[in-house]
Amino acid sequence: MPANGKKRSLIVVQLIGANDPLNTLIPYSNGLYYDYRPAVNIPAKDVLPIDDDFGFSPQLAPIKDLWDRGNVAVVNGIGYETPVRSHFRSMDIWHTCEPEKIATEGWLGRAIRDLDPQGENVLTGINFGRGLPRALGCKGVPVASVGNLETYGLFPDVEDELQKGYALEAFARMYGMSKDNDPVMDSLGQTGRNALKGADILRTAPGKYSSSVEYAQNPFAQSMKNIVQVMSADLGTRVFYTSYGSFDTHGGELLTHAKLWGEVAGGVADCYADLEEHGLQDDTMMLVWTEFGRRIRDNGSGTDHGAGGLAMLIGGSVQGGMYGEFPSLEEAQQLDGDLRANNDFRSTYSTILERWLGLDGPSIVNGQFEHLEFIEK
Amino acid sequence: MSNQDIALMAHLMRRAGFGASRDELEARVEMGYEAVVEELLHPTDPQNLPDDIIRRYHTEQAEMRLADGAAAYWLYRMITTRCPLEEKLSLFWHSLFATGYNKLNQARALVNQIEMFRRHGMGDLATLLVELSKDPAMIIWLDNNENHKDSINENFGRELLELFSLGIGNYTEDDIKECARAFTGWTLGNAEYMAMRAARDSIWPYSRISWFYEYREADHDDGEKTFLGETGRFNGQDIVEIIVRQEATARFICTRLFQFFAADEIDEGGEKTIASMMKTYFDSNHEIRPVLRTLFNSGYFKSDEARFARVKGPVELVVGAVRMAGSYHTPTQGIEQVARQAVYMGQGLLQPPSVEGWHEGIEWVDSGALVERVNFVAHELANVENPGVRKIIDRLAGEGVFSPEALVDRCLDLMGPMEVSEETRASLVEYVAHQGDLSLAGHQQGDDAEKRVGGLLSLASSTKEYQLA
Repeated sequence: MPANGKKRSLIVVQLIGANDPLNTLIPYSNGLYYDYRPAVNIPAKDVLPIDDDFGFSPQLAPIKDLWDRGNVAVVNGIGYETPVRSHFRSMDIWHTCEPEKIATEGWLGRAIRDLDPQGENVLTGINFGRGLPRALGCKGVPVASVGNLETYGLFPDVEDELQKGYALEAFARMYGMSKDNDPVMDSLGQTGRNALKGADILRTAPGKYSSSVEYAQNPFAQSMKNIVQVMSADLGTRVFYTSYGSFDTHGGELLTHAKLWGEVAGGVADCYADLEEHGLQDDTMMLVWTEFGRRIRDNGSGTDHGAGGLAMLIGGSVQGGMYGEFPSLEEAQQLDGDLRANNDFRSTYSTILERWLGLDGPSIVNGQFEHLEFIEK
Repeated sequence: MSNQDIALMAHLMRRAGFGASRDELEARVEMGYEAVVEELLHPTDPQNLPDDIIRRYHTEQAEMRLADGAAAYWLYRMITTRCPLEEKLSLFWHSLFATGYNKLNQARALVNQIEMFRRHGMGDLATLLVELSKDPAMIIWLDNNENHKDSINENFGRELLELFSLGIGNYTEDDIKECARAFTGWTLGNAEYMAMRAARDSIWPYSRISWFYEYREADHDDGEKTFLGETGRFNGQDIVEIIVRQEATARFICTRLFQFFAADEIDEGGEKTIASMMKTYFDSNHEIRPVLRTLFNSGYFKSDEARFARVKGPVELVVGAVRMAGSYHTPTQGIEQVARQAVYMGQGLLQPPSVEGWHEGIEWVDSGALVERVNFVAHELANVENPGVRKIIDRLAGEGVFSPEALVDRCLDLMGPMEVSEETRASLVEYVAHQGDLSLAGHQQGDDAEKRVGGLLSLASSTKEYQLA
């Protein structure tokens, strides 16, 4: 377990809708790529090469800069053995680490429980967005879901500050220590106090934060900004989560994919610069993942659902480079026209859990998986 | 008309439906309690707006391709229905026979399953379970399309016994295998292709194809089976006939109905009520309607023990608030967002987390869910333009000047009637007292006096007590 493991945090970015790996990291010197992608390709002249075979799509330029500094690990061929090409089922599999049966406990929910077994900090895990991704769900583990950090909390619609103050005061009194012995009322009271406490603490974050980084105005960049705001306020949060999409580019892929990656790469790079400004880059790791890849052959305008995908890890402590084998485009090596997943996603999870957060991997991901070397042992 | 009568009717309508306005409660008290129970048990004309009109204006509720549109469609029916028990009971069966979109990619099949609950939900249990076993969404959800004569798949057979009828501990592993054998051949038309399409979400060039049940005699294991001590060449129908005769099944179904409609926790009086429901079940040839009649007319259901003894589920909370506010009468654009609200609170209609359904009772409310619950209902009731809020304001306006205490008491009365603790009442009074007495004399829509009422209704809906039904 790392010596400074207590400070380390994880930012998880879920690219919803299945990001196309072949147009993210392009095998630009492989003729097969252009054969299979007559309409939906990135021309070799536009690719940002990282070696003689592969290069990033031009919208990933800010990530390419981080790659050049050795702060980006790319995990190729990531997925699970028998591909499911349904978004929802595949997300569930990634969220719960259960490819065979339908499970409900999320891997990050379990990680949060192990990081804070007594549930002492209601903010150990925070999702930036509405609702809770199943990855964060775990019975008895409080996780905050923050739609908008500036207005987070109760009665966000009440504009009159005085009236809002009165309402919050009344709420605090109504949910204060209850005198009766009703377990349901007691539980509701505790939950209400937790909600108020979380909101009160979180609301202080933007006030404590200052930065020279100017994030873009899109929702993804604002979520990344919110994450650094909370992280720099030092509230003990260890797991940050946000989702963005939709990367489900069946049609018009080139335009949509470029727009989305422009926003994601910009947000990630701004976040990294902000972390550096706050001296947090070496204690923070980002995992960027998606539920599966896309079909090798394009459909004339976009690409359909595939199998093997691509994930990235970004951070000052990441050992930059390529991990896992880039799946072959040869017809004989394909799986029903898809990239074969040759690298179980639970290897990546286990590496993060054990080497980064100092937790027990097998009990969280339901099994023993080989580690990758993107984090030093 | 006594306050007790109103309070009892409000209780019945919260449980057998999604709550009712004061006008509706007064009309129903006039009808009489048992007559109302009978009306609820015999749904006739539920819909304000026919499906073809909904489909004309709301394409996402026409094709039913995605879960969001299908959930919005059902939510809209719950909000506007004049037969609330029909929808509430369908929600019960959906929670019990929990089937989810994530494996199907076929929301239409789920909408059809819910429609099947409307048709058979109050009838005899055997018919309901047979229909469930033939339901295409259920067949894919629990892999009965993979249950073959030569290689059984136990998934459906196991859950039918464990989660849908007998309950754990009332059958053996051998019973599961025999049950699975009896349901071999119960599959979908073109099953292999349909299963492939469900898994490969991308290939739907002509949109979702409707699924239909198909019995394949050649794939059915017609051999002798021993199930729960009885032996014969059982088919699925025979297995269901045996299941519904079991005392364990009666206990399981009546207990779940009790917990959904009467109280989360079962005390001694609850046990007695369940026993009389079980007696009705056997006396009436396993019909659900008489069992519900026994429950709603029981002394326990009408007593203080059952009052506010359930934590509202998210869908129940959302529909109840929208019905009270009167904010949706047509399936307007916002309705999908309303359905999303229940997701944020932890209950996506047609998207249960697993076949076990949701963890109900107090487990509904974690801190994130509580924030969502409070903010949604507060928003609905703060808006004094909402017709339901206007009706409350109109009643108050005819009743003179209110002291803070009187205003709190009257608003709690008109919102339920709600019963709250002394501490809650004192907190609400303190909130109102910041601005002193309230007079609605000469009020104009949206003026400060009206907004004070909206503010109080919002705050009253944020209480611990409002989380209970």
